Amino acid sequence: MPRMQTPLSEVRGLGTAREGTSHFWWQRLTAVANIPLTLFIVFSIVVHIGTDHSKVAAYLGSPLVSIGLMLFILSTILHMYLGMKTVIEDYVHHEGLKILALMSSTFFCIAIGFASLFAVLKLSFGS
Amino acid sequence: MKKHIPRPLSPHIQIYKPMLTMMMSIVHRVSGILLYFGSLLLAWWLIAAATGPHYFGIVNQHFASIPGRLILLGYTWALVHHMLGGIKHLVWDTGSGLSRRAVEIWAWGSLVGSIVITVLIWYLAYAYRAAN
Repeated sequence: MPRMQTPLSEVRGLGTAREGTSHFWWQRLTAVANIPLTLFIVFSIVVHIGTDHSKVAAYLGSPLVSIGLMLFILSTILHMYLGMKTVIEDYVHHEGLKILALMSSTFFCIAIGFASLFAVLKLSFGS
Repeated sequence: MKKHIPRPLSPHIQIYKPMLTMMMSIVHRVSGILLYFGSLLLAWWLIAAATGPHYFGIVNQHFASIPGRLILLGYTWALVHHMLGGIKHLVWDTGSGLSRRAVEIWAWGSLVGSIVITVLIWYLAYAYRAAN
């Protein structure tokens, strides 16, 4: 069988990064996690529409709800980061704009994720 | 330098007659994009709750208004539809559910199912509120 390796890769000796399926896998893993987490969070929020602050803060700050919320935030943020990456790569063909859009999306996801997590931690550890 | 050669392109969506399977696929992507920006609403609500009673009262009024509730209802539908589309993809990943008949069932199922589940979530949440 002929050698398929390029001379450059032979010199580097690193092979592939072995991350070819990483995007796919995390998209699916977070998708599965999102199913129960989302149903729980959506129900929790609809129950509390228009409820006064003390009740909502006590509910969101209780340990099990806080843990559920934080898992929900981590899983959905990673899921939407991966999804938007695909959308940008599909539709933005100009190289510079694409990198700008990918960077903006990463910043957006991290900012929203941290802000949401901080709010839950503050509710949970006392305001 | 590179010469531009007009190569044949694969036909895009404007060529096809709209089909339900295609519409559900498009809705899956669009709902994903909307949910991406919808995360702002959840972050806003959580930050308001962490800020204090006064600011939370203002934000809560927006969400509890009729337009606010309609947006949240639409948000719920987008979430549920995106979820059902996602479950379809998880099944497809295993290699099953790809027959012509099965994809039609999935398309109708995600359309009807998303409406039924959205109504069910809101009905149960309101019933729970009334009971507590």
